[in-house]
Amino acid sequence: MTANGWFQILLYLLVIFLLTKPVGIYLARVFEREKTSLDPALRPVEKLIYRLTGTDEKREMRWTEYAAAMLLFSGVSMALLYLILRTQKWLPLNPQKLPNVDPWLAFGTAASFTTNTNWQAYSGESTMSYFTQMAGLAYHNFASAAVGIVLAIAVIRGIARRETDQLGNFWVDTTRCLLWVLLPICLAASLVLVSQGVIQNLRAYSRAKLIDPYTAQAAGANGKTTAQRVTEQVIPQGPVASQEAIKELGTNGGGFFNANSAHPFENPTPFSNFFELILIFAIPSGFTYTLGRMTGSRRHGWAVWATMAALFLAGASTAYWAEARGNPLLHGVDRQATAMQAGGNMQGKETRFGIADSALFATVTTDASCGAVNSMHDSFTPLGGMVPLVNIMLGEIVFGGVGAGLYGMVVFVILAVFIAGLMVGRTPEYLGKKIESYDVKMAMLSILVLTFTILGFSAIAAVEPFGTASITNPGPHGLSQIVYAYSSSAGNNGSAFAGLKVNTPWYNASTAAAQLLGRFFMVIPILAIAGSLARKKILPASSGTFPVTGPLFTTLLVSTILIVGALTFFPALSLGTILEHLMMLAGKTF
Amino acid sequence: MKKSDRRRKPLLADRKILRRAVLDSFLKLRPQTMLKNPVMFVVEAGATVTTIQLAWNAFHRGGALAFGFQITLWLWFTVLFANFAEAMAEGRGKAQAETLRKARAETQARRVWGDGHTEMVPSSKLRAGDIAIVSAGEFIPGDGEIIAGVASVDESAITGESAPVIREAGGDRSAVTGGTRVLSDEITIRITSNPGETFLDRMIQLVEGASRQKTPNEIALNILLAGLTIIFLVAVVTLEPFAVYSGAPQNLFVLVSLLVCLIPTTIGGLLSAIGIAGMDRLIQRNVIAMSGRAVEAAGDVDVLLLDKTGTITLGNRQATSLHACPNVSEVDLARAAQLASLADETPEGRSIVVLAKEKYGLRGHDLAQLNPNFIPFTAQTRMSGVDLDGQHIRKGAPDAIEHYVAEQGREVPAAIKQAVSEIASSGGTPLLVAENDRVLGAVALTDVVKGGIRERFDHLRAMGIRTVMITGDNPLTAAAIARTAGVDDFLAQARPEDKMALIKKEQAVGRLVAMAGDGTNDAPALAQADVGVAMNTGTQAAKEAGNMVDLDSNPTKLIEIVEIGKQLLITRGALTTFSVANDVAKYFAIIPAMFAAAFPQLKVLNVMRLHSPESAILSAVIFNATIIIALIPLALRGVRYRPVGATALLRRNLLIYGLGGVVAPFVGIKLIDVLLTHLHVV
Repeated sequence: MTANGWFQILLYLLVIFLLTKPVGIYLARVFEREKTSLDPALRPVEKLIYRLTGTDEKREMRWTEYAAAMLLFSGVSMALLYLILRTQKWLPLNPQKLPNVDPWLAFGTAASFTTNTNWQAYSGESTMSYFTQMAGLAYHNFASAAVGIVLAIAVIRGIARRETDQLGNFWVDTTRCLLWVLLPICLAASLVLVSQGVIQNLRAYSRAKLIDPYTAQAAGANGKTTAQRVTEQVIPQGPVASQEAIKELGTNGGGFFNANSAHPFENPTPFSNFFELILIFAIPSGFTYTLGRMTGSRRHGWAVWATMAALFLAGASTAYWAEARGNPLLHGVDRQATAMQAGGNMQGKETRFGIADSALFATVTTDASCGAVNSMHDSFTPLGGMVPLVNIMLGEIVFGGVGAGLYGMVVFVILAVFIAGLMVGRTPEYLGKKIESYDVKMAMLSILVLTFTILGFSAIAAVEPFGTASITNPGPHGLSQIVYAYSSSAGNNGSAFAGLKVNTPWYNASTAAAQLLGRFFMVIPILAIAGSLARKKILPASSGTFPVTGPLFTTLLVSTILIVGALTFFPALSLGTILEHLMMLAGKTF
Repeated sequence: MKKSDRRRKPLLADRKILRRAVLDSFLKLRPQTMLKNPVMFVVEAGATVTTIQLAWNAFHRGGALAFGFQITLWLWFTVLFANFAEAMAEGRGKAQAETLRKARAETQARRVWGDGHTEMVPSSKLRAGDIAIVSAGEFIPGDGEIIAGVASVDESAITGESAPVIREAGGDRSAVTGGTRVLSDEITIRITSNPGETFLDRMIQLVEGASRQKTPNEIALNILLAGLTIIFLVAVVTLEPFAVYSGAPQNLFVLVSLLVCLIPTTIGGLLSAIGIAGMDRLIQRNVIAMSGRAVEAAGDVDVLLLDKTGTITLGNRQATSLHACPNVSEVDLARAAQLASLADETPEGRSIVVLAKEKYGLRGHDLAQLNPNFIPFTAQTRMSGVDLDGQHIRKGAPDAIEHYVAEQGREVPAAIKQAVSEIASSGGTPLLVAENDRVLGAVALTDVVKGGIRERFDHLRAMGIRTVMITGDNPLTAAAIARTAGVDDFLAQARPEDKMALIKKEQAVGRLVAMAGDGTNDAPALAQADVGVAMNTGTQAAKEAGNMVDLDSNPTKLIEIVEIGKQLLITRGALTTFSVANDVAKYFAIIPAMFAAAFPQLKVLNVMRLHSPESAILSAVIFNATIIIALIPLALRGVRYRPVGATALLRRNLLIYGLGGVVAPFVGIKLIDVLLTHLHVV
């Protein structure tokens, strides 16, 4: 570990801290319909959209209608993407003449992009046409992010409002989210990325002559391997920058290229890397302030932020420590970090990022439900790889996905308040709202969905041949590959322990199912909580009120997350990454 | 206050209760009964499954029988211990119900017919609306309202208080309870309840727990526990495929052990005992709560409405100081005031006599020689006094005395007018004393605030509860008493409808309101309040309207009721936190034990250094079972309640039950493991 590494991690957290308040205020202003500086430009566009679609912007919805509108929007979008994938051969902007995508992969991809997972069982550059990337995938990057954000806004309204069943209008919220939040920021961010060298074009792929040709062994159609002289390289092109910004800002994570943010056209410099990291946490972190502002308890917002920051630092430090320490079995190899080399475990990492930035990226992308990667988590040391896995298993509530992180965290807040709240001798209250059996039921349901999906699918895949056949490394590492795949799917993360071969009917279908369950079956109970909270009175605070601010609450919340959220997965982890780590120390690797 | 012995029995010492509880814990094993408690039902199901497996193993001579037997045994113990906790909590109530049943025994009643003739009927034949006459020595045949007469009544069967109480027709002390005994005189009562629905019947049901329904909070907690149980069920069920994948399949005993250790059995086993014990604590303080919901609401109360008289101040105003005219000595004033009050039997009048005696050393006069002529108080004159030889001594309200001397051509001196307004502005009631045409001075009657009440209000404030004093006094007087007593707010010149309006206003902003009352005109407010405590001495209407009845008729008890409600919730929360926190250690005991054979490397996770896989698992299961027994006293007694703010309370309880809950099982499991190893049990 180096001072520079720590400096970058802490600088990152500092920048996020400084961004929290302005972003939070902006989000609140947009959704509370207060004045913003973009109003003169965007308000006419907004009105036009409502007039064209016949939306009454004054009308609000109950939670059930809000949920129905969200499901309808997602369902139609998903069908649309499926159609585009199945017909891209005949659609424009396909200079590489890429064929239609096969049904299983098309279904899996449609589910994955609709749920903000962006799990990719394909290589973008060899599968998706420019039209698919722009009209299909990038559209979903915006749409699914907007859905996450407006759901969180609806949940916050539920906490903040009193004695009403109205949570806002889904169509209006989504429109405003796209116009005021996602599009303007992405426009600016794309330009920043282009300045660093991220490409943006619609050209056919380039072919480059190799300066140093080489001979490769290739398997022929008849099964025989033949030596081939390689003199040329195909360099994929495309409209990358426009997709890169929303990939991070919307915590989508679906890369234009297979190598994702490790690819030099997606993430060329350490600065673009830092910038992409900022984009990932910007909205989720800002949301904590939005929560505080809209509910009138800014200190509560900061307590939630502190909880997230503490868990983030714990994860980032562990990953950095584990990766910088490297593999202890490599005796006699110089793994000191110097000006000339990164040291530690550099397998699967980019030299332009090094250990600290790779560990940081892995932590951030899994804290949030982003899933973009700038290094291969599969190649991390067992403990380093456990950090992303645990982050996802917690439900991606450490800042989390745009919106999704906040509403996931609200579930833990409700549980923490309920479990410990009785200890102050009153019916548990959250910001003046009594937590009653219906709220507890819904909170437990959403946690149950996550547990059930991750462990259920993993258990089947671990013992059935169609599951184990895709494993590329035996032993505990293989188990981690499976558990990671379903955690990532259910948590709508989309990153992978890349070793697992997932483009099979079973994995395409089961991960898609996990993604849909993890998104919609988790969100509906949470919206139900919002609906129930909105109907309640707000009890005036007194010195007898359960404190949801300050270090005490933060400690309580962290403990609840670790005990309720993480302990469930302890058995699976002990047979996976923990066992692998211990066996590595004993001299056996996988 | 003297209480009969049955309320003072120590918690666990009663052999009879203990024996019955042991028996009950087996009877409660019926699956229909267990189904009410999802957590313990899962344990029972687990124990059944391991029993079957054990039998199969024994028959086929397979597997480690000794280990399987011990695990199975302790799983059954876990269920039995939880049942025992509930049975213990119910035990005392049942014993008390038996005593109450004796009071309900059939008696003969003298029923009065419409035409006036009477007839002896069994008390069970009386219906609501019937009229009955009860004489000295007879039992009152049913709940009712006295319509004629006054009597002293022995209510010890219900209240445990041996001193008789006076009950009379009209006013706020007219209610009588079936099963109590008239000691003197004769009363005519109108029966207000049918047999089987009397206060005594309801009380028996309550103490027995027969009509016990889960309270809202308990339901929510049960959902949480059921949810956690399902989550851990999923975690354990899916562990087996992972174990198979890793080449280390597990046997049933181990898996069930892990499941039972992870699900929240500690709180699951004690939850209903905590609820029953909470009700019981109220009953021990002679408060009958009509529902568990009311007890829980008591913990949530934000505002206490307290009647000034009897709750905050001692019953009546008392003379506390004298203000003599400039040319009159205080002793002369005291003597005149005493003389004027000798025949005054009101508490105020007596307090003047006492003040004169204690402060000025004036003994009662031998008045017979003076041939006194006492002038009683009338509504017209609003004065009372005495006429001696040529001496006309009067005392009364300032304007009445002013009028009296004015008729004789005199005026009230300015100094006294000054004193009168000072007394009034400081919350007292001024009286003037005049001799013939001359005003001697003023007597200040003031409310005397009960000792220690101010501290109790401070405690309530620390807990976030506001106290509002309700009084018929004028605002000036009310403010002065409010200041002295330390209440947060007051409602002066309160009429019943003002009280109602105040309750509704507080409830509109989401606050929960508690109040005590006894009169018929209190009934609507008692019904409206979230916690309405009716006094047992009060009218039947008030008792029907409230959701609690205080048998001691002590309105200050409202504060204790709030504390008991809070204690109930705190105990639930503390044991839930403890139970959930326990899981950390159990994982560290069982997971390495499960896989140590296949993967010796996992032994590093055995941080407790437990002797062997078998001893580790068995120790965890034994700890899990015995902690229920160990915590029964706490569940029954309740976590000690402290009147501090929520943050301080949370910090303290998190430290004890949260951190303690993480640490305790590490120590406990290790100790059991050492013991098991020492005894060569595994």
